[in-house]
Amino acid sequence: MDAFWIILTGSLIAVSCSLLGCYLVLRKMAMVGDAISHAVLPGIVIAYLLSGSRETLPMLVGAAVLGVLTTVIIELFYKRAKLQVDASIGITFTWLFAIGIILISLFTGQVDLDQDCVLYGEIAYVPLDLWFSESGLNYGPRAVWIGGGLLVIILAFIFKGYKGLFLTTFNEEFAKALGIAVGFWHYSLMGAVSLTTVVSFESVGAILVVAFLIVPPSAAYLLTNKLKIMLLLSSIFGILCSIGGYYLAVLINGSIAGAMATVAGIIFLIAWLISVLRKNRAIKPFDIFSS
Amino acid sequence: MNDLFQFFSFSDPNVRYVTLGTMVLAATAAMVGSFSFLRKRALVGDAIAHSILPGVCLAFMVSGSKNPLVLIIGAIITGWISLLVIDGISRTTKLKNDAAIGIVLSVFFGLGILLLTSIQHSGNASQAGLDKFLFGKAASLTKDDIITFSSIGIVLIIVVLLFYKEFKLISFNPDYAKVIGLPVKFLEFILATITVLAVAVGIQAVGVVLMAALLITPASGARFWTHRLGNMIVIAMVFGALSGFFGSYISYVAPNMPTGPWVVMCLSILAIGSIWFAPKRGMLAKYKIQAENKKKILVENVLKLFYHLGESSNNFEAERSIDELLATRDLRKIELNRGLQLLRKDNSVRLKEGNWYITSKGLNEAKRVIKLHRLWEMYLNQRLKLEPDHVHNDAEAIEHIITPELEKQLEKELNYPIKDPHESIIPYNKD
Repeated sequence: MDAFWIILTGSLIAVSCSLLGCYLVLRKMAMVGDAISHAVLPGIVIAYLLSGSRETLPMLVGAAVLGVLTTVIIELFYKRAKLQVDASIGITFTWLFAIGIILISLFTGQVDLDQDCVLYGEIAYVPLDLWFSESGLNYGPRAVWIGGGLLVIILAFIFKGYKGLFLTTFNEEFAKALGIAVGFWHYSLMGAVSLTTVVSFESVGAILVVAFLIVPPSAAYLLTNKLKIMLLLSSIFGILCSIGGYYLAVLINGSIAGAMATVAGIIFLIAWLISVLRKNRAIKPFDIFSS
Repeated sequence: MNDLFQFFSFSDPNVRYVTLGTMVLAATAAMVGSFSFLRKRALVGDAIAHSILPGVCLAFMVSGSKNPLVLIIGAIITGWISLLVIDGISRTTKLKNDAAIGIVLSVFFGLGILLLTSIQHSGNASQAGLDKFLFGKAASLTKDDIITFSSIGIVLIIVVLLFYKEFKLISFNPDYAKVIGLPVKFLEFILATITVLAVAVGIQAVGVVLMAALLITPASGARFWTHRLGNMIVIAMVFGALSGFFGSYISYVAPNMPTGPWVVMCLSILAIGSIWFAPKRGMLAKYKIQAENKKKILVENVLKLFYHLGESSNNFEAERSIDELLATRDLRKIELNRGLQLLRKDNSVRLKEGNWYITSKGLNEAKRVIKLHRLWEMYLNQRLKLEPDHVHNDAEAIEHIITPELEKQLEKELNYPIKDPHESIIPYNKD
């Protein structure tokens, strides 16, 4: 049963991340996603300190604020100070992450977060943290409910905003000309990424969120040119990562989150090989995924 | 205060090792990072830092020892592989460089975590301390560490001094370097190797995530102070050494404070301070220049109001009410008042019983701007063959920018015209 809950939690998070990641990869913002996933740390710690508990809502708010703030700071350095974009990203997220670690050390007694957990999470403990109703009814692990809620929100965001996201991703100028609020979609996406990051944080940690955000969408992007198929494929890849990752971790007795990222890498490697082989054949005999 | 004294006396050998070690690490990383920064590879350093973890674990698994040299060799191997994979992905697929970096970074790190936890769970007692690579162990640097770091640091400095000219060229103009026959591939290989080496060493002080800051933050800050590469590297190294020093000091005074994050904190403060406050290139300096330009444009536009009114009534010295001035041009009242106050300080206009009049000094300045405006209209009309009704807006913008040299050239080019395309007289100051 434990295996089921862990794989389910992993899949829920992986699908949310993979869906949003498609837009990040297509917008050439993969590293901004990486930056946000690190930079939400001080937000989480401050929310901890203010609310005094592991309440989900304050953490979500804290992380979302920090996530959007990160993009604002990056843009400030990049557009106003004319610092090149990669350096703007690098300075911002390392700075915020350092602040987060300093805050954790400063309030060691009050913040129930340790540094290892920040880096690679503790998905193995998911089945231990159960949610009981007041009458003592067991609803199953809390993380599954939170992950499920997140997935519903992300799916609603993508379905409702499909057109806006689509147009602003592929042709910003055209979207602007149509009167679509480009800035609104940009910041909504960043907010959604922060939200996903913070929910995933406890389970898989800061850096492995990045694996889910970037690797499955990149693999999917190598196999298709259609956005809808890319979204579908990368969700499937995300689920495969969490199933494969769990059993790999059991096999060599290591971190589950680390194993999931490793499997993501293997999936990417296969997709890469397929794309190179297809290109080398020059003519495409069949395009399995984009007919 | 006692802490301060004890720290600076360096009587405690531990303090000496930690401080010196952190300073050397931060300074050498800053030096190497300056080239990564200029080559727009800032985030590649981040990827290398993450990719080193599996190398360290594999080196330990193969050799069974924690000898720093063995671990560093493992680190260099996977660090190098990560560079090759990033390059391979962005060369052979449609994925962009940033996605390639993100993929390599997260997958290698995931693999590293998997191996590390697997080693930890294996019950091998000698593995303790491998996880120092995750967050660094600046606070527990030993004499041996210092000797290793310093020798590697010296090697890095010698390599940079040896290839300084070549590195400079491939950072700024790789195409030109190729054309004049430099072995660009070989130089890039050397540069990449010293970057990997600097990361492999530096990671032991600040850990995986913050290593990127040691590479790029000092260089980014230093870039705002100078245009010369040599100066930039020196400033970056000073930033690095200073932050290393303060980071160790803070964790000495407050022992539960981690050194690495404080080093990064100091670096970030120095860099962000530079971004804001550096003379000329800093954001404040830029805002100041912008504000001054705006002020100049406003003042010149207000002076023109007096001239236009004077021209149409043939009385330049007459006193004008605010409403009269406002009627001439689309200008907000607040701005007009601000411009008038600025001009009054300058003694270009004076106030008399609620009405304003222009002094001879102000009138001369007004004539200069009007002349530039009309000369430019003339130029557009005669040389670019624009219709007279198309030239005004362009002249409205450029009148504030034309330099005296350009003014002379325009006069000569147009042979000192008397009237502009709208038949208005071009005023020449008699001097």
